Amino acid sequence: MRGYAGKILEVDLSSKNIRETRISDEVLRQYIGGRGLATKILWDRLGGKWEEVNPLGPENLLLALTGPLTGFAPGGRICISGKSPQSNGIVGSTFGGEFPIDLKCAGYDGIIFSGASEKPVYLLIKDSDVELRDASHIWGKGARETVLTLVREARRIFGERYRGRGLWREPSIMYIGPAGEKLCRTAAVTSKWAHAAGYGGYGAVMGSKNLKAVLVKGTGPLPEVYDLDKTVEYADKIVKANLNLDLFRRWGTASGGYSVGAELSSEPVMNWQEEWHNEESFGVDKFEVFWVKRNWGDFGCAITCLKISAINSGPFKGSITDNPDYENQAYLGTNIGVFQPDANIYLTALIDELGFCGIQTGNVLSFAAELYQRGILTREDLGGIDLKWGDAKAFASLLRMIAERKGIGDVLAEGTYRAALKINIIKGIDVTNYAVTVKGIAIGAHGIRSGKDYPHYISYPCSVQGGDHTSVAQIPVERGELMTILHDSGVLCTFTLFAPEANEALWGLLEAVTGWRITPDEWFNNMARRTLHIQRAALLLGGPDLRWNPKIHDDVPQRWYEPLTKGPFSGKAVDKSKMREYLREYYKAVGWDDNGIPASEELKRLGLEDVDRRLKQIRENLN
Amino acid sequence: MSNTGSPGLIWIYRNYQNCSGCRRCEIVCSLSHEGKIWPEASRVRVFMLIPGIEVPHLCVQCHDYPCVEACPVGALSVSKETGAVIVDREKCIACGRCIDACPGKVPYIHPTDNYAVICDLCGGDPKCVKVCSEGGWNALQIVRRTGGYNFKLYAKTPEKITREIAERFYGGEIAEGI
Repeated sequence: MRGYAGKILEVDLSSKNIRETRISDEVLRQYIGGRGLATKILWDRLGGKWEEVNPLGPENLLLALTGPLTGFAPGGRICISGKSPQSNGIVGSTFGGEFPIDLKCAGYDGIIFSGASEKPVYLLIKDSDVELRDASHIWGKGARETVLTLVREARRIFGERYRGRGLWREPSIMYIGPAGEKLCRTAAVTSKWAHAAGYGGYGAVMGSKNLKAVLVKGTGPLPEVYDLDKTVEYADKIVKANLNLDLFRRWGTASGGYSVGAELSSEPVMNWQEEWHNEESFGVDKFEVFWVKRNWGDFGCAITCLKISAINSGPFKGSITDNPDYENQAYLGTNIGVFQPDANIYLTALIDELGFCGIQTGNVLSFAAELYQRGILTREDLGGIDLKWGDAKAFASLLRMIAERKGIGDVLAEGTYRAALKINIIKGIDVTNYAVTVKGIAIGAHGIRSGKDYPHYISYPCSVQGGDHTSVAQIPVERGELMTILHDSGVLCTFTLFAPEANEALWGLLEAVTGWRITPDEWFNNMARRTLHIQRAALLLGGPDLRWNPKIHDDVPQRWYEPLTKGPFSGKAVDKSKMREYLREYYKAVGWDDNGIPASEELKRLGLEDVDRRLKQIRENLN
Repeated sequence: MSNTGSPGLIWIYRNYQNCSGCRRCEIVCSLSHEGKIWPEASRVRVFMLIPGIEVPHLCVQCHDYPCVEACPVGALSVSKETGAVIVDREKCIACGRCIDACPGKVPYIHPTDNYAVICDLCGGDPKCVKVCSEGGWNALQIVRRTGGYNFKLYAKTPEKITREIAERFYGGEIAEGI
């Protein structure tokens, strides 16, 4: 078993029992790590009672899993998972940084948290020394204070316990902010500044376990690999390909805030009422002015696509965040009518500080603003906030209300889709048409109406991770989430594999690290499909509060059937008459039946008889 | 003992503001010295006491080599070719006096073996600088070493360097927390 540390840490927060567990070679060979392995573990442990598992109850698990390629592929990443409080399925949500490197160097491929602590705690790991510590002094604190306080505390402890070894470096940290503590379903698990595993809502799962943070320092080397020379050779190929990405290295994704709207007409504007804008005020040249660091990257990354923005004067003074990246430019910018870089940086920094996912929470903000625009939510409903498009301070006030679950914030903290269901009842008006989500997950900032961007009709409706723009269904299937599952299981960064020669090198790297010869054929036809089918099964079993019916919910949001009214793609909309046909084509391509249920023979072929049995009832209900 | 810059000597210039935090320097350093990817055994360690402020921390080769002077067992010496501090692993007793003597607290004890870890300038062709230049970050750059006392000014603790950069990047307040 090469490329793996060989052990997983199991922490039961109810009993405070901490132990090590091993995963069999056979399971690792099939599911690799990260998202695949998380899916397998979740299914084995919770699959039998999936519908009854409350994602925010102690019965849920929170997993943080690396993969064999973590640390060896440029740009280390880790996958956070569990039963998602957004989709009620399984989402593999990743963040980058040194956390996974420190974890593997400490001797662990991952951590599984079960139960829930009575009092706030954080986990401190120094190699095999693992302890839960009191976190009541930082409960309620934002990102900045949490990181600085805990890192300082850990370094002091290391210095006292392990004397005479010289200066201790900071341990890596993953943490939640106030949003996660208050069980906001749009809360993220975050590392460093702004390195968020946002999709899935695992910040709320971590909060439900009263787990504020995990800090880890590993002093050992990364695990042994099968062939070190070849590992370095393939990693270098990816690095070389990445060094050629001139403009992506310069701008990161921050050039998108202007161009995805102006050029592709696929950027959300005012809750997706439009997808086109031509606001040059939002150009990357205007953002560059705020960059105090022009290249920021994670362990081994040659692209370093992040940039650090800091505002040291004016009304938004004190804001520190990344680029912001395209998703945050769109969701905390254009989609709420904000077209000023400094205001966008301010809101992104606030999102980070409160521990939210920018996409999911930005979607909630724009949803609320459209209801206000339409007079459905009043100023009184909003606790006095005049929630006009473009008013950054008003949106900031609403964000704080959501993080505190104060007033309407308590409803919006449930995420856009669940909030819509509640407002339907409160107001007696159907507002779900204004919820731009798929299966409880707000859609990433890439629309499909213009036909110019990478997602298509089926991309979100068929994704096992709902609106997740990083894991979209595509035809041919090799270009869609079956490939993403490898990235998320590896675990590595999709951005490092943009160049075709980099993605090509991935298979060689996988073999060099693990010694397993995994062909694309085996991956796409067998291995990736196991993960895909289990995720699909969990998503359809859902519960306890919501369940999805593929005949209804394998669909784009209603908004996308409305034609665009501005820009060169005016008049374009999703053609409903074609939807069914495209869905069936995709279902067939991945081995699902006409209703979108993983087919019985397909599951048996892959040895997933237990999944097949669990889907029997769903199949019968649909026929 | 002193090093005031014989002709042909190199020095690794460091520009902390440019450091991307990619840690490719640690990867190549540990691969070269340990045959493994091993960040905590890298001769250059990137400190990140505040996210976004990454400080590649490595020996500056002070002109008066206080670490060499402080070694009680004669385990440290200065390479005539490169000016680097060379650690004799057999002699080193990991007492940590070199760390105490270093104004920047740069040396540290190897995580598994009992000896002090100090940059050896890769015999005059530092690999960390190569990957940093290749990536265009230029946080680490090779310069010809001339003159004497100025290099020691760079032997600062990561805390001190972090405060200086934090002041410039984020304003001073945040640096009080480290």
